[in-house]
This record gives sequence, C-alpha cells and structure tokens, in this order.
Amino acid sequence: MLTLLLILLPIAAGVITLLAGERMAKQLALVGGLASLGVAVFTWLQFDPAAGSQFGFKYAWVASGGISFAAGIDGISMLLVLLTTFLTPLIILSAFKNEYKNPAAFYSLILFMEAALIGVFTATDAFLFYLFFEAALIPVYFLAAIWGGENRIKVTFKFFIYTIFGSLFMFVALVYLYYQTPGTHTSEIAAFYQLQLSPAAQGYVFWAFFIAFAIKMPLFPFHTWQPDTYTESPTAATMLLSGIMLKMGVYGLIRLLLPIVPLGMEQWGFLAMILSVIGIIYGSIIAIQQSDMKTLIAYSSFAHVGLMAAGVFSSSLNGLQGALIQMLAHGINVIGLFFIVDIIYSRTKTRYLDQLGGITQSTPHLSVYFMVLLLGSVALPLTNGFVGEFLLLSSVFQYKGWLGAVAGLTIILGSVYMLRLFQKSMFGPKSKWVEGFQDLTASERAVLLPLVIMVFWIGIYPSTFLKITEPAVSQLLQLVNN
Amino acid sequence: MYPIILLSVFGVVTLFLGFSKSKNILLPSTLLFLALALGTNFVEWGKGPFLYFYDMLRVDNLTLAFNGIVLISAFMIVAISGGFQDNADAEPAEYYGLMLFSLVGAIMMIGFDHLIMLFIGVEILSVAMYVLTGSNKRNLRSNEAALKYFLMGAFATGFMLFGMTLLYGATGSFQLVAIQGFTSNMSAASQSYIFYAGLLLLLIGMLFKVSAAPFHFWTPDVYEGAPTIFTTFMSTIVKTAGFAALFRLLNHTFAIYNFWWIVIAAIAVLTLLVGNIGATSQNSFKRMLAYSGISHAGYLLIALTALSKPTQNAIIFYSLAYSLSTIAAFGVLMLVSKEKTIEGQPNERYEAFNGLAKQNPLLAFVLAVSMLSLAGIPLTAGFWGKFFIFTSAAERGIMWITVIAVLMSTVGIYYYFRVIISSYFKEGDTVKIRVAPFYQIILVLATFLTILFGLAPGIFEKLI
Repeated sequence: MLTLLLILLPIAAGVITLLAGERMAKQLALVGGLASLGVAVFTWLQFDPAAGSQFGFKYAWVASGGISFAAGIDGISMLLVLLTTFLTPLIILSAFKNEYKNPAAFYSLILFMEAALIGVFTATDAFLFYLFFEAALIPVYFLAAIWGGENRIKVTFKFFIYTIFGSLFMFVALVYLYYQTPGTHTSEIAAFYQLQLSPAAQGYVFWAFFIAFAIKMPLFPFHTWQPDTYTESPTAATMLLSGIMLKMGVYGLIRLLLPIVPLGMEQWGFLAMILSVIGIIYGSIIAIQQSDMKTLIAYSSFAHVGLMAAGVFSSSLNGLQGALIQMLAHGINVIGLFFIVDIIYSRTKTRYLDQLGGITQSTPHLSVYFMVLLLGSVALPLTNGFVGEFLLLSSVFQYKGWLGAVAGLTIILGSVYMLRLFQKSMFGPKSKWVEGFQDLTASERAVLLPLVIMVFWIGIYPSTFLKITEPAVSQLLQLVNN
Repeated sequence: MYPIILLSVFGVVTLFLGFSKSKNILLPSTLLFLALALGTNFVEWGKGPFLYFYDMLRVDNLTLAFNGIVLISAFMIVAISGGFQDNADAEPAEYYGLMLFSLVGAIMMIGFDHLIMLFIGVEILSVAMYVLTGSNKRNLRSNEAALKYFLMGAFATGFMLFGMTLLYGATGSFQLVAIQGFTSNMSAASQSYIFYAGLLLLLIGMLFKVSAAPFHFWTPDVYEGAPTIFTTFMSTIVKTAGFAALFRLLNHTFAIYNFWWIVIAAIAVLTLLVGNIGATSQNSFKRMLAYSGISHAGYLLIALTALSKPTQNAIIFYSLAYSLSTIAAFGVLMLVSKEKTIEGQPNERYEAFNGLAKQNPLLAFVLAVSMLSLAGIPLTAGFWGKFFIFTSAAERGIMWITVIAVLMSTVGIYYYFRVIISSYFKEGDTVKIRVAPFYQIILVLATFLTILFGLAPGIFEKLI
C-alpha cells in the first residue's frame, strides 16, 4: 500500500496546489514534495533488499484481459523512488527565486510529473508501465512549452513527437509479448520474463525496446532532440528531464529489455554497446566546443548516459550496479549544475562562457558548491561520480578490452569540458556582465547543501545505496543467464 | 425495437410541433424524445436475441450497445445545437425531425439481419444526411457539399444494391443466416465467383459510407461545407452505424475470411495513409477533422481485418471514444468559429484558436483532452480504443499492420497538437467567448467520460 501512497500523494498535492491559487502555490508544492520524500524514506527504512518486490498492490483493471493496476517496490525501484522524491522538492525549491506566470499550474505540473515518474519506477504491470511512461511526457511538455525560451514551441514539439514515436514501438512490442503469454494472457512484467521467444522474435522486440529507450535517454544517434530541449526549457523542466526522466530510459533497459530478450541482447547487444560508446565520445567532444553553459551540461549529460547504457549492455553485476549508482549520482550532479547555471543566468542575464568570468572574486560560497558538484561530475575519487564510473568502466572493460579503453576517455574528456566550464565562467578577469554579482541566498543554499552532502555520502560510503539494489540486480542477472 | 417505433413516431410529432408559434419547445422536446428512446433501448438488455419484422431485424446486446452509442451521441449533438435560434432561415422542426428519422435508419443498419433491412437503413440515414448537409441554403458551399454528397452517395448505393442482387443470385436468400450457411458450405472446388463479386460490391458501398479510402473523396468537402452541427452528426453517427453494419456482415462471412481479409487490410492501410498524411497539410481545423475521421476509419478497419475475439469490444469502445472526442472538438469549434469571423464566414482555421486558453480556459481544456484522446495519448479513452484495436490484430497474429498504424499515430500527433499549441502557447485577441450553461455541461460531460474511460476502461467492460 505504501507504493500506492507514493504515487497518489504527489497527485493529491498537485491538485491542492492547483486549486489553492497563486499565493500559496510554491509553499504547498514544497510541502507536497517533502511529504513524498518523507514517505519514501519511511518506505526505505522498512525495506528489506533481499525480499524482492514489496509494499505492492494489485487491482484488476481490464479484468478479462488480465491487465491489472499493479505496482511494487524492489531494490531497483527503491533507489529510483528515493532519487525522484529527493530531487523533486529541491527542483521546486530551486524555482522559488524565479517569478513564473501562473505559478499554481507550474508547480502542480512538477508534482504530476513526480507521480508519473514514481509510477514508471514501481509499475509491475507492463501496460501500467507504458501508461506512466507516456503520461510523464505530458506535464514536462507543458512545462517546457509554456515557460520555456524563445524557440520553445518548435523545440518541445519535436521533443514530444520524437519520444512518443519511440514509445509507440515499445507499445507494439508489449502488445506482442502480451499475446505470447499462456492461457488468457497477462501483462505482468514477471510473466514476460518467463516467455520462451524464438531468437528472431527476440531480435524484433529488442529493437522495439531499444528505439523507445534510446530516444528517451538519449543514445547516439537518437539524441538530436535533447540539447535544444534542455536549453529552451525552463530550468525546473530541464532538471526534471535530465535528473529524472532520462533515468526512465535506463530503467527500461534494466527492467524490460535485458531480462525479456536475452537472446536479442546476444545478437544485437554489441551494436548497442558500440552506439553507446560512440555517444560517450561524441557527446564529450561536442561539449568541449560549447559556449552556452546549459547546452554544455546537456551534452555532458548525453555523454554520461552513454556510459550508463554501456554498463547495462555489458549485462554484468558491475555494469548494472554501476549504472544504478551512476543514475543516482548523475541526477544529483546534473541538477546541481543546472541550478548553478540558472543562478548565474538570473544575475548576469547571460549563459555564454565568453561573456562571463571572474565570478569567484565575490562569491566564495557559490564557488565551493560549484566546484564540488563539478568534481562529482568528473568522477574524482571520494565523490559520487567516481563509484559509478569506476564500476561502469570496469564492466565495459571486461566486456571488450578495447571498448573499455575507448570509453575510458570519458574521464579525460569529461574533466576537459567541466574544468573549462569552471575556468571560463568563474576565474579570470571580471567581465562587465558579472559586476555586482551577489553570493548565494539562503534558499539557494538550501538547495545546494543537500546535493553536496549527497555527493560526499555516495562518494565516501556508497554501500548504503549499493546494498539496496544488489539482491535485485543479481536476481535479474540470474534470469538473464538462464 | 422500441427505439425504432418511438423515434419514427416522435419524428412525425416533431414535424407537427413545427407548426406551433413557439420554436422554443423543439429543443427540449427532441431531447426528451431521445432520452425516452435511449431509456427504452435498454429494456431488452440481456434478454435477447430477439428477431423482429419477419426475421429482418435482430436485437441482441451487441446491437443494443451500438444503439446506445448512437443515441447518446445524438443526444449530445442535439443538446449543443442550441435550437438554431441565431439563424433566421433555419427550420428547426425539420432538422430535428430529420435527425430523429435518420436515427431510425442508423438503428436498422446496426441490427440488420436481412440485406433489405440494411439497404433501407442506409437509405433512410443517407437521404436525411443529404438534406441536412444542404440545410444552410443561402450558403454556396453547403449547397455544393449536399450535391456532391448526394451524387456520390447515390452512386455508392447503386454499387451496394448491385452487390446485394448478386448475393441473392448466388445464395438464393437475403438472410444473413443463409449467407453464412452458404459461405461455410463453400468448398475450394465450388467457389462462387458471383458471390465474391457481390460481396465486394456490397463492401464498396458500405466503405463509402464510412469514408474509407479510396472512397473517401467526398469526405473533406462535405464535412467542410455542411453546417458544423450536421458534420458532427455525420462523423459520429454515420460512422458508428456503418462500422456496426460492416462488423455484422463480415462476421457472417467469416468462413471465407481468407478471401476478404487482404482486401480489408489493404483498404485499412490505404485509409490510414490517406487520412493521416492528408490531415497534416490542412489549414482548416474542420477539414483536418474530416481527414482525422478518415484516419479513424482506418484504425477501425484494422479491427475488422483481424476480426478476432476482442474485435467486438474494440469496435464498440473505439466508436464511443471517437464519438465523445469528436463531439467535444466540433462543439468547441462551433463556439470559437462563431465569435471569430472572416468576411462574415465563421473562421475555422487553426489561427482562430490562438490564445483560447486565456479567453476561455475550460474550452481550451475540453479541446486539449479531445485532441489527446483522438491522438491516442494514455489516460484518455482514445488510448484504450487503440489498445483494444491493436490487441485484436495481435490475437490474429498480424503485427505488421499495427506497426503501420503506430507510425501513422505519430503523424496524427503532429496535426492534433497543432491546435493545442495554438490554444495554449500562441497569443490571440481578447474576445470573450460566451458559452451557454447547458452547452458547457455537455462539453464537460464528454471530457469527463473521455478521462473516466481513459483511467478505468474496466468500467466499460463490466457494462458490456
């Protein structure tokens, strides 16, 4: 029942926020976000990693078709639910400093988005998963298209059609799998794991899933919607997209693609792996050239997710564990970085690196927070990025030595573009744009401090989180290897 | 059975009510008549099957469900017609009378068990529609549409009648049961080419009525030229009744599935392509909805192509979801286009919707939900409609057709979202749009049902 509460609470909070009107919207949304976080932490305290799917519920939905409204939390879901509920209040808080028109709608859409994301991460029925997977698009589309930048309408429209195009293929695959289940058919994901499909069928299903998730993450060459959308969206929507929504794709790979079509993986996994590794290098090289800070971080995110996907495609314990911990770490870092860009933009009205410089001189706090998050992102030991990247690279290396070596370039390239970002914006002579730059306010610090604490927590003692997912991951791998 | 008698009587009564001085009584009385017909429709629920009129009409739960959809749609359409108060030339009594008569035709088509009954039903429905299409008699486009519809429709009727004659020649009977018996006894050696030709000609006539490609050319012009209220009527009721009839016909010739499935499949694919690709290049919202109507005929044809166990529910659910969204979309169009005119004509282009979210948030929301549902986005009834259609194709094992349908759905999102973008993200003028309370209730009801069936399709399943 806790799972149902986790899904319904943000919806209820969103409706209340919407009805309460403009004045109280911010505060109510924050309270709603924190309440969900509270429930998620409570769930975590009760959670037993070894016990499989817990706190579940199941209601008949289309009874005659064996389709049910069913969700539950296993280790993998737990981690992502924690990530979602941890980041959402911070995203809400980070929007406080900006004045948005029609704030009630703005904040309630964020909460609806949270509900849909939790739904994706907990659904145990394939069609419920699909439903939330699509439903998550609608709030973020409106967030980006109403409150976004100049080209928002065109860019978000492309984003919407592109991602829905991908998920429709997944839909066809799910309908197909549903009809392969024995008896009166069922759409439980666990039942899909038991199917014995022919290798050819597995190949088709592999590609249907791959296209859906590769567009969502995005992987090379399906990434063309991403940089524009991230750049044009309001920061809160960018955070939702990069911090959490991108994880839906990786989660889909782990939850559906890997265990349902292991033979498809065998045939096509190598190609998928190559595409992921190309994405790592390609994204990094483009990130080095960017002068818009938001676009730069967008490309860095594209590069990072390539490595996560490569880890999943290695289908090894290290790869999956690395991908999971990296999802957590990447969510935290990328949200922090986008927030810092937003802070700089709101004071200087520019995001271009060649117009910035010398911010450090007046902002000790901002500099420290920025540096910590940045080091987390370039995977310095003792920060959160290191744990994930280490596990991921070792898994790719075991898969194919030379691929591991190529993917390993991410460490060098990552520090190039990240340190360039820091150097150009923070150091150097003070540009005219940064005159009178104020250091962080209390509410801005309230967002960054939890993020920085998490950077160190995961970096120094990752087993708090690795331990949550480990039994679930090894169980999943057992399925794959049979 | 009861609705046929009641509606025929009420149609005549409505015509006589037209002699009274007060035109205000017509709208409430027609609504009352429709409510009575709807209520009596379900008296026979769960008791059937019954055969009436010398075994020419069959009443079972399937026909009652389709009757329900048709009558509910008619009720909503009449409710938003507003009594035709603002048009001095209008003859409301005749319009309402014709609408009631045409419903009799629709119900005969839905329940036919005899080809003559099908023919009579199609004609009653079509002739009423020809007249209503041309009812805006001072408008050139309305006249053109009516003439076009009539000429093409008469031609299609000819095909249909010819097909029926050949079927009679081959089987010696107009009864569906006899035709079914004939097809199941037809072995490979004794194939009857007259029968095949007759079936194909009959199908052509029916496919014309549901505007399937390549028999769709009349649709955009007629939908655009007809007064919007009758366009709504045509796009929901004619289509629902047409698909109910096609479903019956194909169901009874299932023994020769191998013969006709590829024909229907090819027409389904062509209809999907024509409807969706045609819709993308339209500047008029009303014309776009005409092409969207063609594309939805394509989705329904996929279900007929498969004709598997889930097909029956799929068609019922899809017709209902499509009707609700279409009524809501045309309803909003009527309100918006009336306020914004170009050279005295209602503005039916996409630009008319610019800034609707600020002018009237409720209308913008109703329109957005109906577009999402037509596009098949989850949490709306349209999604489950597509879902059931795809499952019926999967049950039969034809996955390739669903892949084409999915690709075309993506195209669909492009044109359905254009109007959402106009109403939410574009700046428009500050005209206030007035909505009568009753009108508002109907639009909200359509939206509510669309979302309700989107969240809990199981509710519907329990009813059937």
